[in-house]
Amino acid sequence: MAKRNLVTILVSCLLVLGLSWQAFPADKKPYRVGAVFAVTGGASFLGEPEKNTAKMLEEWINAAGGIQGHPLEVIIEDTKTDASQAVLAVRKLLQKDKVIAVVGPSTSGESMAVVPVMEKEKTPLISCAAALSIVTPKSEMERIEKAKSFEMPKIQRKWIFKTPQTDTSAAEAIFDYMKKKGITKVAIITVSNAFGDGGRQQMKRVAPVYDIQIVADERYGPKDSDMTAQLTKIRGTDAQAVINWSVGPPQVIVTKNWKQLGMKIPLYQSHGFGSKRNIELAGGAAEGVICPLSRLVVAEKVKESDPQKAVIMKYKTEYEKRFKAGVSTFGGHAYDAIHMLADALKAAGPNKAKIRDYLETKIKSWPGTGGVFNMSPQDHTGLTKAAFVMIEVKNGDWAFAD
Amino acid sequence: MKPPRSFVHVRENSLKMSLTSQIIQFLFSGLNVGSIYALVALGFTMIYNATSIINLAQGEFVMLGGLIMVFLTVFLQIPMYLGLILTVAAVTLLGAFFERLAIHPLRNASLLTLIIVTLAGSILFRGIAMFLWGKDPYALPPFSSSKPLHLWGATLQPQFFWVLGITGLVLLGVWFFFNRTLIGKAMTACSFNSTAARLVGINVRKMVLFSFSLSAAVGAIAGIIITPITLMEYDRGPLLALKGFAAAVLGGLGSGGGAIVAGFLIGILESLGAGLVSSGYKDAIALLVMLIVLWVKPSGLFGSAEESELKKF
Repeated sequence: MAKRNLVTILVSCLLVLGLSWQAFPADKKPYRVGAVFAVTGGASFLGEPEKNTAKMLEEWINAAGGIQGHPLEVIIEDTKTDASQAVLAVRKLLQKDKVIAVVGPSTSGESMAVVPVMEKEKTPLISCAAALSIVTPKSEMERIEKAKSFEMPKIQRKWIFKTPQTDTSAAEAIFDYMKKKGITKVAIITVSNAFGDGGRQQMKRVAPVYDIQIVADERYGPKDSDMTAQLTKIRGTDAQAVINWSVGPPQVIVTKNWKQLGMKIPLYQSHGFGSKRNIELAGGAAEGVICPLSRLVVAEKVKESDPQKAVIMKYKTEYEKRFKAGVSTFGGHAYDAIHMLADALKAAGPNKAKIRDYLETKIKSWPGTGGVFNMSPQDHTGLTKAAFVMIEVKNGDWAFAD
Repeated sequence: MKPPRSFVHVRENSLKMSLTSQIIQFLFSGLNVGSIYALVALGFTMIYNATSIINLAQGEFVMLGGLIMVFLTVFLQIPMYLGLILTVAAVTLLGAFFERLAIHPLRNASLLTLIIVTLAGSILFRGIAMFLWGKDPYALPPFSSSKPLHLWGATLQPQFFWVLGITGLVLLGVWFFFNRTLIGKAMTACSFNSTAARLVGINVRKMVLFSFSLSAAVGAIAGIIITPITLMEYDRGPLLALKGFAAAVLGGLGSGGGAIVAGFLIGILESLGAGLVSSGYKDAIALLVMLIVLWVKPSGLFGSAEESELKKF
């Protein structure tokens, strides 16, 4: 029996080899692109689905005949969620593998670390991390942060792009919705780590644009087990809504505490709430929670006429069938990045400068998993608050908030 | 244990809360968190008394208690009371194994080495838990209803009474054990003077084993009662251990009663600090108070100065 298995494996190996030879003629050299993801370490929840997605896309593209007959080769490196490892991996990809472009890294910290390397080598990078400072030069970030009124950057780093929505867009989506509901005073409660601090900063920046006043600004630690004190303080103010900005267990604890205190004002969560598990963990307390989510999370419920519908349904069904795990927006960021790159390679060929130009000027009304992208020299993310839909938890499931 | 129904539907109409009811709410939140700190601090004290070791894996016993309980009652659908008994038994056994495999073979090593061994144990337990349960947090349904109750303008989860009640029972049990049973008294004797205890025929090694098992059991109970409120995940231990250790020191290392009082005190200080001063400085306020107390009275709230001079820490 074992022998026959071995023979089967050998034969199928040979078949695969033979087929791939047939598919790509020898004169069509593979297009090599690099991918650096935090497959292990603290941010493995980002890197794992990104790696899976990259592999799946590579197969899809090659099964469909590659890019203009050239096979696509995605070389994946693990950064172990470490910025210095990310830099080493990128150097290796550029010098040894001679890649045309790089996708990733997964986190903002790692991305910031590899940005100077990519700029020096004049090679396009499409990051899978969210911070605005990845694509915006430092001086420009300082200018918009110091500006009296809310401003978005006008200058972007030449070679750097990113696919995840910016925190600012999530804050804008929430405040836009609140304005429609007639809410003018809010309390914010944020976790004291990079994600929470970023959200807190953006909310403070964006709120005045929507005529919303922040009347309480509470914080808690990422491992805290009880936030009733902060919420009680908020209950003592005249806030008409609470916005919580965190990921992981604290957002569930805040939800439970909110329900426990019988607070009559609605609870809003950040886009970090977009996992069904959070609803389960909150055990009924999540009813009525409102949050801005990417359409990928609610793929089935998105209208057929939506430009993203086809992309997100295909990605979701194929990913879940193949990896037996729920699809996540993180993997979606890698999906968008690699797809964009493949489109650029198809149109521009293996020329770094032409790929960069294509990404900056030709990605228009481009439906991805994270939203409909419109890149421009002033915006290397290409997404607005329209990338989010406001979702309310109803009967233990996501529903469009009205 | 179910509170009277009449409390349930008293709701204040105004959006704002009076300061009194706010403070009552802060006190309740503080008691809730404080009871867990108290249990962790008690675990520290028990091992410290028998061995002079600071067991840095104390927080992991809490984490394991919560996660094993989730596994038994949520995945295997075992009834709650049976799950509670099995979980405590399992974690107690783990504590005993830990002592036999890691502490016992090194009985002649220096104290510092042993403390580092407990640190290694903490990392090992956390790693195993991550391997078995993954990084996701887990929830446990509350022991009774989840409908919030209203008391003097403050709102409470029924689980709060379970936490307080069970903590009270554990403290009572531990007091009874140390003051009314032979083994308990023998352990107390070890803590006073292990050489003298050995001379009167007490098996000191066995007492060390007991102390680890017992403190694992107390940790497990803390984990079980807190999980319905706060969820539990593999890396919750270190922060709980830190707060519990702070309480043990504040109460006067080695004083069981002191550890408990200090645990509640830190919980309440944190909650009042977050509510009345600033939530950003919540942890700092509690630790600042601790530093001031230790500065004024280095032996802690309930430790005697004479005794602390004889201790290694």
